[in-house]
Amino acid sequence: MRRVSSWGRLSADQHEVIALSDPAKVSSLVSGSNKPGIVHGMGRSYGDVCLNPGGVLWLTTGLDHFIAFDDNTGRLVCEAGVQLRDIQRLGIPRGWILPVTPGTQMVTVGGAIANDVHGKNHHVLGSFGNHVQRIKLFRTDGEAIECSPQTNPNWFAATVGGLGLTGVIVEAEIQLRRIAGPWLDTETVPYPSLDEFFQLADDSEAEWEHTVSWIDCISGDRGRGLFMRGNPTDVTQLPEPKGRKRTMPFVPPVSLVNRLSLRPFNIAYYNFKKWQAERAIVHYEPFFYPLDNLLQWNRMYGPKGFFQYQSVVPREVGQDAVQAMLEEIAHSNDGSFLAVLKTFGDRQSVGMLSFPQPGVTLALDFPNHGMRTHKLFERLDAIVREAGGRIYPGKDARMPRDLFEAGYPRLNEFLKYRDPGISSALSRRLMGS
Amino acid sequence: MVDLTLVARDAGRIERVAADLKVRSPQSHIRVVEAEFLEPVAIQDTVDEIISQGAVDVVLIAHGSLPEQAGCQNDLRACRDALEVNGVSPVLYAEAFAKHMAQADHGIIALIGSVAGDRGRKSNYIYGSAKGLVTRYAQGLQHRFSGTAVKVVLIKPGPTDTPMTSHLKEQGANLASVEDVAQKIVDAVDRCQAEAYVPGKWFLIMMIIRHLPRFIFNKLNI
Repeated sequence: MRRVSSWGRLSADQHEVIALSDPAKVSSLVSGSNKPGIVHGMGRSYGDVCLNPGGVLWLTTGLDHFIAFDDNTGRLVCEAGVQLRDIQRLGIPRGWILPVTPGTQMVTVGGAIANDVHGKNHHVLGSFGNHVQRIKLFRTDGEAIECSPQTNPNWFAATVGGLGLTGVIVEAEIQLRRIAGPWLDTETVPYPSLDEFFQLADDSEAEWEHTVSWIDCISGDRGRGLFMRGNPTDVTQLPEPKGRKRTMPFVPPVSLVNRLSLRPFNIAYYNFKKWQAERAIVHYEPFFYPLDNLLQWNRMYGPKGFFQYQSVVPREVGQDAVQAMLEEIAHSNDGSFLAVLKTFGDRQSVGMLSFPQPGVTLALDFPNHGMRTHKLFERLDAIVREAGGRIYPGKDARMPRDLFEAGYPRLNEFLKYRDPGISSALSRRLMGS
Repeated sequence: MVDLTLVARDAGRIERVAADLKVRSPQSHIRVVEAEFLEPVAIQDTVDEIISQGAVDVVLIAHGSLPEQAGCQNDLRACRDALEVNGVSPVLYAEAFAKHMAQADHGIIALIGSVAGDRGRKSNYIYGSAKGLVTRYAQGLQHRFSGTAVKVVLIKPGPTDTPMTSHLKEQGANLASVEDVAQKIVDAVDRCQAEAYVPGKWFLIMMIIRHLPRFIFNKLNI
């Protein structure tokens, strides 16, 4: 037994960890388990989707081999424990990039599929699952299932965004996308209020592949922030950045993100960036993965850990709902420096439980202050519920079951594809088993 | 672009590695050889066959298996197997390549030893003594080839996060990442370092361990 935490560091329970490092042995290890397990990759999910206290964790980081890559078509076949970082480093020098990438590249392919992750270009290319061509799945009864949008499409739709509950993903085929080089042409535009954010989003979506914004979560009703947009560019003559890695060396006794630090930090950041705002050519690593060079940054929230609250609400009610959530957060004086606001496009997610849907998504970190934090979440839940929105299970550690059921109308359809030998803390909390 | 021959006991498992390397470096020529690891005649044949395909610039002898110390104490066959796989077999392979490299006066022989080979400890002295054998062997080979163009690199990794050590992780050991260790092995071979502790901190730790007086060392539970 070993203590395992997820990225939010909210718990550190004992797990029986079984490393899956040889594809030939996965099936027998998984079907030979005497109690339910859940797959665990890099453990970058914030909440409990990758945890199973007292039970089995199948660790997939050893399933990290490439299987085939076609330089002419950009089709990659790899094992499920391969990290997105390895795909980017393999593909980009050869003119191929992952079409969709989340804010860290230290996640596995299996995790990216199971949470159907999204990135800054959702309005153009949808989410990760839109680019997966085939998945190989091992069920705990020993059955192997190959699924794709064409063959076993229901299994495919259940597994993409399926939170690891339909079987153990061991292999995937992904369509990469042509790219001229590792650089992006970017622009940062400060916006003084939410009105301008939505205006900027509308104006940018046609011309810019990547859009995202940092929002000052304690500026209250104003909702000011920085809108960042970027496009791939064929500039190739620049030197690669050094990418020096630093590590948060210890867990501070209290969260470094707190009521005292947040306001001055946000004011300074907003004004510094506003003064600096301009067009710039930026390497893909700092643009897509700004926090990857600060290893274990999750420690800065102190020994009690932190939550991430990410919701999406439909566009028609988006502005009011976001405004209402920001007011609640500003009022509570909690929240964090890491606050992201982004519009999702209309591209349909392939998964039955995929999180992205058309609308606007707000993501925020909150240091764990126990009851006080949960009370705030309840008020935010009420706004999301009222707006007809949903919460991202891949980041969640606490949403109430009724909100999950309301947000994911295809849940009943999904349940038929669950593997009875697989269970996570999240599945027990939100699906009862 | 490189010309690489992978030698392994299990063809299925090595094909997986070869496919991965082929994706990473499509121009490289990667060949897989299934081989016997204990039988001297078979080792000689394997090495001769590899040399017949062309001169070898670098050979990395990296096989091994971490036995359970208690198992070795209770079963002499397990004890012998551990000594052979981790000690005798790497030496036989190195010796077979050394003969060819001596004739060509060209090449690098890199051997994976271990920090466990620096001083016998009750928790793994069977494995440690096999690795100690590799250490002494590498020293002798370095002596033999001094002043020639054949270089011998001895790498001593600390505990590394591989399938071989997954049970150590269970006990809360702080293991080095495979990537880190691999990069340092490549660096050591590039520089033809005679002896490389990876990560480097083990140089200091093992220096202390080696020099602890016996009456203190024997009281330690390591």
